[in-house]
Amino acid sequence: MQLIENANQEAVTRMLSADPVLIDVIPASEAIPALKDHMILHAGPPVAWADMCGPMQGAIAGIAVFEGWASDLEDAAAKAATGAFDFHPNHHFDAVGPMTGMTTLSQPLMVVENRTYKNRAYCALNEGLGKVMRFGGNDASVLARLAWLRDSFGPAVGRALRSGDGIPLKHLIARGLTMGDEMHQRNVACSGLLLRELAPALARTADDNDELAKALAFIGGNDQFFLNVAMAMGKSIMDPVRNIHGSSIVTAMCRNGTDFGIRVSGTGDTWFTAPVEMPEGLYFPGFTEADANPDMGDSTIVETIGLGGFAMGASPAVAGFVGAGAASEAGNFTRTMSEIAAGENPEWTIPAMDYLGVPTGIDIRLVLETGLAPTINTGIAHREPGVGQVGAGVVRAPMKCFEGALIALAESVGVK
Amino acid sequence: MSSTIINEVRRGFYLDSVALMRFSRAIASLDGIEEAALMMASPSNRQIMADAGLLDATSDGAEGGDLIIGIRAVNAEAAETARAEANLLLDTPTGAQGEGQSWRPKSLRAAVKARPDANLALISVAGDFAAAEARKALRRGLHVMMFSDNVSIADELALKREAQSLGLLVMGPDCGTAIINGTPLAFANKVTDGDIGVIGASGTGTQEITCLISQGGGGISHAIGVGGRDLKDEIGGITTLMALDALDADPKTRHIVLISKPPAAAVAARVVERIAASQKTFTVCFIGAESWQLPDNASLALSLKAAAEQALGGRALFADFQAGALAQPAPAAKVRGLFSGGTLCAEVQTLFKAAGEQVMSNAAIPGVLDLAAPADAHKIIDLGSDEYTQGRPHPMIDPSVRDQALQDAIKDKSVGVILLDVVIGYGAHNDPAGHLVDSLGTALAGDTLIIASVTGTDADPQNRRGQITKLQAAGILVAPCNADATVLALACIRLNR
Repeated sequence: MQLIENANQEAVTRMLSADPVLIDVIPASEAIPALKDHMILHAGPPVAWADMCGPMQGAIAGIAVFEGWASDLEDAAAKAATGAFDFHPNHHFDAVGPMTGMTTLSQPLMVVENRTYKNRAYCALNEGLGKVMRFGGNDASVLARLAWLRDSFGPAVGRALRSGDGIPLKHLIARGLTMGDEMHQRNVACSGLLLRELAPALARTADDNDELAKALAFIGGNDQFFLNVAMAMGKSIMDPVRNIHGSSIVTAMCRNGTDFGIRVSGTGDTWFTAPVEMPEGLYFPGFTEADANPDMGDSTIVETIGLGGFAMGASPAVAGFVGAGAASEAGNFTRTMSEIAAGENPEWTIPAMDYLGVPTGIDIRLVLETGLAPTINTGIAHREPGVGQVGAGVVRAPMKCFEGALIALAESVGVK
Repeated sequence: MSSTIINEVRRGFYLDSVALMRFSRAIASLDGIEEAALMMASPSNRQIMADAGLLDATSDGAEGGDLIIGIRAVNAEAAETARAEANLLLDTPTGAQGEGQSWRPKSLRAAVKARPDANLALISVAGDFAAAEARKALRRGLHVMMFSDNVSIADELALKREAQSLGLLVMGPDCGTAIINGTPLAFANKVTDGDIGVIGASGTGTQEITCLISQGGGGISHAIGVGGRDLKDEIGGITTLMALDALDADPKTRHIVLISKPPAAAVAARVVERIAASQKTFTVCFIGAESWQLPDNASLALSLKAAAEQALGGRALFADFQAGALAQPAPAAKVRGLFSGGTLCAEVQTLFKAAGEQVMSNAAIPGVLDLAAPADAHKIIDLGSDEYTQGRPHPMIDPSVRDQALQDAIKDKSVGVILLDVVIGYGAHNDPAGHLVDSLGTALAGDTLIIASVTGTDADPQNRRGQITKLQAAGILVAPCNADATVLALACIRLNR
């Protein structure tokens, strides 16, 4: 018991002492040297092509065409089925990706450095709303946007960031929480705050005013631009928390559209998986829950650090996705998540909850003791490849992941 | 038949996207509506609406800060109705529309965090889980009241030993009643604050004594429950002795009442020794015991009423109650007692025994026959004991447990008097007197005499005075306390002879 308490104390200390800074945007081939030709990193725990959901397969076909590994989508799917590509989780390469979470050689990745622990984490740039690859979109417009991100926008943001000392993210999150963001479904405040920090450097380092205007408009027109920054930040905060002997703190939660997977500090890099659940939510016109794909993406790294569904009290409107949906009860989600967290974050507080700190450090023992699974705010993809986002909502992490992890943790500390 | 599309643009009108999605769902579900959406006119939202076949030329000029209402309906009438409804939703501030349910902690840990000043946990989970929860509470430095029953005696001993080492009290298991610093816990009554402390191994006994003291002008400092097994050899009176220490050290407590079934001899010796070491005065009620060797600072009471009177310094309670004046000849010789309170049932047995009457009971005190015995005696039944409550709520919570037994007693021609308790207070049924009157129905017009008393106070949620009035209005004879009701019942059967 004391071993676990001490280990968890250490885990929470590492989380709270993190100093994540957005420092660069560089091609994936530079960021992740182990990333090779014909390798495709995806969201969630490991999954084989045959077990992948529609949007995951759609995104893989699209990214293979984008990388020039296939002539068209059909060709790409055929190649994927015959084992032409190596599939690996982003999490195995210091990276995360939203929804389908495609990461390949030529894509620009944002670099977040945790200056306290000297580790780096990576995430692709957010493509914006509408038809996008992260939701399984793969038509010409999707690939054209990815090309622009690779050739123009990514390098421009990279230049801007390298011209200064990087953008520290902790205080940005703190301000975002006071402005209505929970950093999963709501990133409008932090996207604006980031743009404010980034715009002068972008202007100083730009060589083409039209491209500069396009870049500024791209960030300004995308309420979710900051989500991918928050995810890379989350990964950079949680990676140093891995492998603390005896710790029952969750270091990653992610989904591949088929399975939900968690990692726990004391059990190292083992994934504990269970089938993903369906989100409860609201749908865009023309779509219903019959169109929805099960839960997907690495974005649950945001909940792992105490944001998203854990910080619902900061974003009362988001409570509207569930049940009666009274915004006045959003704080109940946060208080409930406090029941499964080892501590609170004194720097990330919610004004409307009398500056309650966001719940920090999911303790699998508390999850199982209370029967309260982590609440996750999420987007909802269409179940068919190529369509895109159809709604948004709230979902729970499957309890079975935590049961498996607890048994393994008990064995790791000598409890039979 | 072709669809009708209506668009309306509200310039410079902003509403949160989740709120708009909820409105969209409401409008889309109206009769005759094929699809509908209310969205801010950002480029990506316009694309979604275009893909859903919801846009017409009306919304061409709409920009990011404008709201588009897009409706596709089977006909113009349905579309217009939906448009009106959409505008009504947009123009009617809803305020709090949820159930307004406030947050309740689900775990002990969260509860302690929410109330860091709390120092007691009341545990009322199924017996199998009660010991684990109690242990968690103790390790968080909380005193424990275990309302739960079906906890093993081994668990009880282990918990009490651990608590003892931590300087914490474990009240229970199966502890029905406590009052700590004026706060009633589980089945308890709103009594006057004062200088008399109570230690009780029984729930209704503690309720009756604290209420009688309160009615007699005294008050309660604390009433500490110990659980029905604390004074057995296996437990050795751990909680009782700690409660004695606590009340002895409490400057607010002047006099201490101890109430229990007659304890195991070795345990009793320790308790008596502890009492002798105190500077305070004691009343001891080992219900069913007619004599006990006690030190000079303690006196034995035979009944709960007598215990209350001694605690009040010898003041007689209800001196103006004349059983003889109220008594009527019973139509038959036997009394049938039907009790929800176990100790009230025991008190009746004590008094019948003292009056020389032969009694039998399913919860027999020493010297009383078991119910199965082949005898022609008064039957005094505890309806709260296991054989009546297996899989059912306790009769104090659900008085209908007594209904069948009442009907049986009425039909039994040997029964001249039915003697009852009506227990009110926190945790009890919200109108037990009303239920009793309804349940008796036409039987109230019959010959069988019905005698009752109400355990509780006028400050209780059910109001004692109101309950008594209800009983009297129905023709039930009401005595001021359980002991007096017993005396009245005895008077009635004696008039029969």
